[in-house]
Amino acid sequence: MELQPRLTKHYIKEALDNERLRSAVERATATSVQKRDEKVAEVPYWEELRHRAHSIKRQVIENLDIYLEAFETNAQKNGVQVHWAANDEEARRIIHDIARENNVETIVKSKSLTTEEIHLNSFLIENGFETLETDLGEYIVQLMDQIPSHLTAPALHLDRKDIGKIFHEKLGVDYTEEPSELLAIARTTLREKFLKADMGISGVNFAIADSGCFCVVENEANARLTVGLPKVHVAVMGMEKMLPSFKELGTFLKLLPPSATGQKQSVYLDMVGGALRQQLGEGPENVHIVILDNGRSSILADPQLRESLFCIRCGACLNICPIYQQVGGHAYGWVYMGPIGATLISQYLGNSEGRYSPFVSSLCGACYQQCPLRINLPHHLLKLRNQIVDDRKTGQLERMGIKMHAFLSRHTKLYRFLTWFPGKFQQLLPKKMAFPAPGYTKHRQLGRFDSKGFRKRFSEMQDSKK
Amino acid sequence: MVMPMKVALFIPCLSEHLYPQSALNMVKVLKHVGAEIEYVDEQTCCGQPAFNSGYRKEIVPVAERFINMFHSKECVVAPSGSCTAMVRKFYYDLDIRDELKPARDELAGKIFEFTEFLIDIMNVDKLGGSFPHKVTYHDSCHLNRELGVFEQPRKLIHGITDIDFKEMSHSDTCCGFGGTFSYKFKELSIKMVERKCRYIEESGAEFCIGADESCLMNINGYLRKHNMNAQTMHIATLLAKSLNL
Repeated sequence: MELQPRLTKHYIKEALDNERLRSAVERATATSVQKRDEKVAEVPYWEELRHRAHSIKRQVIENLDIYLEAFETNAQKNGVQVHWAANDEEARRIIHDIARENNVETIVKSKSLTTEEIHLNSFLIENGFETLETDLGEYIVQLMDQIPSHLTAPALHLDRKDIGKIFHEKLGVDYTEEPSELLAIARTTLREKFLKADMGISGVNFAIADSGCFCVVENEANARLTVGLPKVHVAVMGMEKMLPSFKELGTFLKLLPPSATGQKQSVYLDMVGGALRQQLGEGPENVHIVILDNGRSSILADPQLRESLFCIRCGACLNICPIYQQVGGHAYGWVYMGPIGATLISQYLGNSEGRYSPFVSSLCGACYQQCPLRINLPHHLLKLRNQIVDDRKTGQLERMGIKMHAFLSRHTKLYRFLTWFPGKFQQLLPKKMAFPAPGYTKHRQLGRFDSKGFRKRFSEMQDSKK
Repeated sequence: MVMPMKVALFIPCLSEHLYPQSALNMVKVLKHVGAEIEYVDEQTCCGQPAFNSGYRKEIVPVAERFINMFHSKECVVAPSGSCTAMVRKFYYDLDIRDELKPARDELAGKIFEFTEFLIDIMNVDKLGGSFPHKVTYHDSCHLNRELGVFEQPRKLIHGITDIDFKEMSHSDTCCGFGGTFSYKFKELSIKMVERKCRYIEESGAEFCIGADESCLMNINGYLRKHNMNAQTMHIATLLAKSLNL
């Protein structure tokens, strides 16, 4: 399934008409927010941790070149082969070549949203590699030929009936909607694939510059099987995932699980130090890491917006967002959704494709309150709106209207005359007519202009007291 | 005896044209707590609708005019959190002329939203008064999150002797207005206000109190169209009524 952010208005309408989707999303996000709040309350110094994480990431992002070079050197010392990909196409080609060189037939994947960003699955499948997602949510979404609708809960938009149906259709099993049975079906199917797989692909949550090690945080143990069983491992990482040393990791491991899944700690923390099969007799024979730019270095150039690169993809901003809660992730039309998606879309895909994305927000700021990295998402959205306006991607009529408004706001008398007019005019109309906002009032009564306005009433009030 | 505070009113567009009564009630309450009132006659709009829509350079002259008009006042008070946030916080995102920057900083330090002004500046503790009704309170986003004003309106409501205050669930969830958002994404905005109104109804309150006329207009629009029971009321009106001003 290919989605396009410029069709977001259309997707929003579709989502709003889909009652099952809406209730699934509303239920899931409400539970997530509640679990998150409960766990956050148990973490001492939560606010201090947020500030600390923000300043660590700022330090990293503002010196990213230094950390990336250190990481490369240290990873190579560990026997990891480091690849640099400027864009999605390069990343796909690198991974394709690794698979070819190693005579790979079957690939298992786990915990990698970044591979969605580079449309890796469809590419590998088209090139003849059997490619399978192994995390339950991702697996379901892959079976349905969709993309994840949430950063940490990819199948959040589906209910168990949807899942039972797709398992029945695609796997040929009897229909069931019993969660434990569905889980057992997925597990049996996937375990076989793990044992057969020649190559594993995972994402990276944190990369440790001074040791060349990378970490994956997970609950299902699929990432450790993905890393541990096949003879080749490829990790795909956005270049912003750096941390200076293990010393800083603790802060992030306290912030991520409560924000992402309402857990104090995740079940597994996998640390990949290198290709150790020769020393240990197990694990992959060779390990590759693909470090992806794909627009990140241009985001880095803006002192304010580079905060978007602090994101650890926890999904807390999605769960709290009153818009995401209504429409789910696919409405945003891209692999990153919710408030963080709304800020990333135009930055990654440009102001033409992304011209609506920063506007899909009431700027309520709940995301900023929730973000463990204190990314000021509402202020970013405002800045991105401004870039889209300055890039002349908004309508002529709106532009003229705003210019008119700005002009009138500087000329009190004219302003007063022209704002007096709609009040008078509205009073002549029957109450039901929606002047001056047609189409707005289907479910909402419009406010009525006052016959006199504050200024006049205030001066009358002052006069009457004299 | 402390000299009375001289308050310059900033009356945002919605208060000027649609809801002058609550702004007048604000004036009454301010006078009641001993403030002297001044109205700057040339005032128009702070530029927020344009700013939120992404138009920055277009409204720099509007902001500069606003700064010039208000920066030398002793203090400025507005019956709106979002318009106050515009001046106090978002004027910093505009390319204001260098020579006006000190004035902008000065103004940012002395423009206040009404409830914040009463509690933090006038040190009002309890206004007393009587309003024997069940009410709930909606946190407007800019007031709560940009200005950090959460406790102040609640303190004022609790100060009314016989009021029955009940928090609604998710009082701080957006009502779905968001300025031009409510027009650009009408259907989405409707679903958001629908949810807000459900919370209000579940609280059993007769009145939903708020400190921003924009949210109240949106909420009231939905309540009336769907013949729901609760009424919206600006906090200035609540205080004025309870004090019989």
